[in-house]
Amino acid sequence: MLVFIIRRGLQSVVVLAAMSLLVFVGVYAIGNPIDILINPQADQQDRERAIHALGLDRPLWAQYLSFLHGALTGDLGRSFVHSTSALGLILERMPATMELALAAMLIAVIIGIPLGLWAGLRPNGVAGRTIMAGSILGFSLPTFWVGLMLIMVFAVFLGWLPSNGRGETVDVLGVPVSFLTIDGLRHLVMPATNLALFNVALLIRLTRAGAHEALLQDYVKFARAKGLTHARVIGVHVLRNILIPIVTVVGLQFGSLIGFAIVTESVFAWPGMGKLLIDSINLLDRPVIVAYLLVIVTFFIVINLLVDLLYSALDPRVRLTETKG
Amino acid sequence: MRLSNVLKVAAAVALAGVMAGGMPAAAQELRIAVAADVTSIDPHFFNLFPNNNIAEHIFGKLVEMDPDSHMIPGLATSWKAIDPTTWEYKLRKGAKFTDGSEVTAEDVKFTIDRVPNIPNSPGPFTAYTKAITAVEIVDPYTVRFKYASPYPLSPNDMSTIYIVSKKAATGASTEDFNSGKAAIGSGRYKLVRYVNGDRVELVRNDGYFGEKSYWQKVTFRIIKNEAARVAALLSGDVDAIEQPPTADLVKIKADPKFTVTSKISHRVIYFNFDHLQRSSPFITAKDGKPLEKNPLLDVRVRRAISKAINRQAIADRVMEGQAIPSGQLVSDRLFGYVPGLKADAYDVEGAKKLLAEAGYPDGFNLTIHGPAGRYVNDEKIVQAVAQMLTRVGIVSKVETAPMAPYSSRASKQEFSFHMVGWGASTGEASSPLRSLLATFDPKKGLGAVNWGRYSNPKVDYLIEQALQQVDDENRKIMLQRATELAMSDLGIMPIHFQFTIWATRKNVHYIPRTDEYTLAYQFQPAKEMAASK
Repeated sequence: MLVFIIRRGLQSVVVLAAMSLLVFVGVYAIGNPIDILINPQADQQDRERAIHALGLDRPLWAQYLSFLHGALTGDLGRSFVHSTSALGLILERMPATMELALAAMLIAVIIGIPLGLWAGLRPNGVAGRTIMAGSILGFSLPTFWVGLMLIMVFAVFLGWLPSNGRGETVDVLGVPVSFLTIDGLRHLVMPATNLALFNVALLIRLTRAGAHEALLQDYVKFARAKGLTHARVIGVHVLRNILIPIVTVVGLQFGSLIGFAIVTESVFAWPGMGKLLIDSINLLDRPVIVAYLLVIVTFFIVINLLVDLLYSALDPRVRLTETKG
Repeated sequence: MRLSNVLKVAAAVALAGVMAGGMPAAAQELRIAVAADVTSIDPHFFNLFPNNNIAEHIFGKLVEMDPDSHMIPGLATSWKAIDPTTWEYKLRKGAKFTDGSEVTAEDVKFTIDRVPNIPNSPGPFTAYTKAITAVEIVDPYTVRFKYASPYPLSPNDMSTIYIVSKKAATGASTEDFNSGKAAIGSGRYKLVRYVNGDRVELVRNDGYFGEKSYWQKVTFRIIKNEAARVAALLSGDVDAIEQPPTADLVKIKADPKFTVTSKISHRVIYFNFDHLQRSSPFITAKDGKPLEKNPLLDVRVRRAISKAINRQAIADRVMEGQAIPSGQLVSDRLFGYVPGLKADAYDVEGAKKLLAEAGYPDGFNLTIHGPAGRYVNDEKIVQAVAQMLTRVGIVSKVETAPMAPYSSRASKQEFSFHMVGWGASTGEASSPLRSLLATFDPKKGLGAVNWGRYSNPKVDYLIEQALQQVDDENRKIMLQRATELAMSDLGIMPIHFQFTIWATRKNVHYIPRTDEYTLAYQFQPAKEMAASK
């Protein structure tokens, strides 16, 4: 187990280094940030001075080396346009994105698993078929369109919910969260539902397939033959067995929820990390882009590790040392 | 019995609240959705439109601009050139920073010294201060700027520099401004809270020297997605938005709950021609072979292109009426406008004839480049132009890209014919002339955005003379001559002035501005508007 974690850690460092180099070169290839940042009224000398001030006149490898040097000491550079620490900017925005992603995942689990179970237990019933048909919509409708439709219906026509933004926040352990206030919840409902939609559909399908399969297994028949109640058979024996793939997917999807939050954050003007990334790409604010991707990759690495650990806890047959990372 | 007592108390409390505030607080609150991110509250860190838009509220300037981009007194009550190289500004007595201290010549000097010394600034304001060789404090209310050579644009420059408090800003970092600690200004509003990427909250500065704004509390929400911005207005989450998409205007106008206001902007949308002696990178003969000579060097070809474009159709259809066709650099309200100088009339036959005369009777192949998402309907304009050119034989393809990679390539002369926009932010014609049409010359600081590399010594001479001509009337004539000459050459080809558009709820009225700013104090409750009419 320990060997496994150490090996994972070393691999992660290589991944992070390779990714930062790729992003560095990629952003460099797009263009010179000064071309877009500087006010057009500035003359050539002002341009030169700004390029020098941001260190963009140095060769790329020198810029990358000084970035690496900073990164090893925990400093991922200063944002060109905000003049504040890039990591600080991201951490400032992170609670909003995490809150959105967690809320979306919660919605997906609460809605997706019971509906999927239902559909799996009664695959030929009207309800089961309706649920499956609905899940196709969840897969195929584009997030931004659904988001705009939600806004049109619930904010513009009905006027029940605010159209965008994050509501009132309260600090919990120094982290501003909005789900503890009524205003915050009202703001959270639509974007979280929007973001959850795809995962609701995914979990429905996954749970249904798992349940469908499990019901044919011998242990279910045996449990029934033993005279266990229906609820116990489904709730304990079936659910526990189909939970393994679900936990894997929920874990992996959580990473992509944070990543895909970009679209939802733009549509709902949710002040999270995704919005910061889009703004930074438009302004070629390289320190923030690199820092953001490093943070996201780190997330993925940690989540994958947790999923693997959880997997072994749920399924005693899995031995982590055998998986070779 | 008890219940009615409770109600009585509640009513009394409510009444007291109303009387204390004069008006219900909610009525004097204004929520505005703006389209771009505010990156910093430090008014000298980054010369970026959204940052300046907020700074306009918090900080005073020596010279202010009225909605038509004419200079009016700000912190300075008057200014004059006491000799061609010295400008004197008389400061307003009694103008105070929000910490209670008076605005004095010391603060002005401190500000001018601070501008070039902001660490890591990606876009400094030095263009407006570097001509100043010395700042002389005559007395607390009189300050003089010395220039190396005759310099007429000092007041225009000062209309862009936000005066900070020496006491509060000494040693202050950008973070200190963002937190509000150093954001001590003398403007109409005080900073309450700046939440990066989300909102800026302001409260009225009741100590402001001039006419106070109606709105006691103002929130700027940053909503970049235009559909989301419109939705925020329609759902009543905000009272006003800037830049609604032109495609939605018909719908918003039709709704009696909303008002659309627009005004011609100081921004001209134009095309650059490749003026270099070379085989132009995106022009080929009809059979696809490269052309030895760059056809755009021939003014007849440039004229033919200009005649082939139906500017009125672009303004009416592509821009939904939110633009005015133009054949010059600044609109009729700005200094340096040439009366009577019009764009070429739409003339397909004339264009074909000119092309034939120039030796291209069958035209040629061209790829037109344009930015995506930078100017109002930019991609659609480029597409329309491509179709119009194809009609006269110049078979055109379109390539667009986001501004970041686009401007990097355009500034390296990688394109043959491409679209850009220019805002004359100093409110007069020398701004586009010196940056877009003067010969590219890093030493003189001229032609910095002359991406087509147009060069005409006569135009250069007129521009350089005008930049040193302190007499307004003479300078105006020189700017007009330079414009006429450059336009007869078609150094660049203007298309139109775009309109800036605001949409508001019916009970709020906006006094629109040519400089595109969305300023809280230019919003008025519609009732008062009606009364003042």
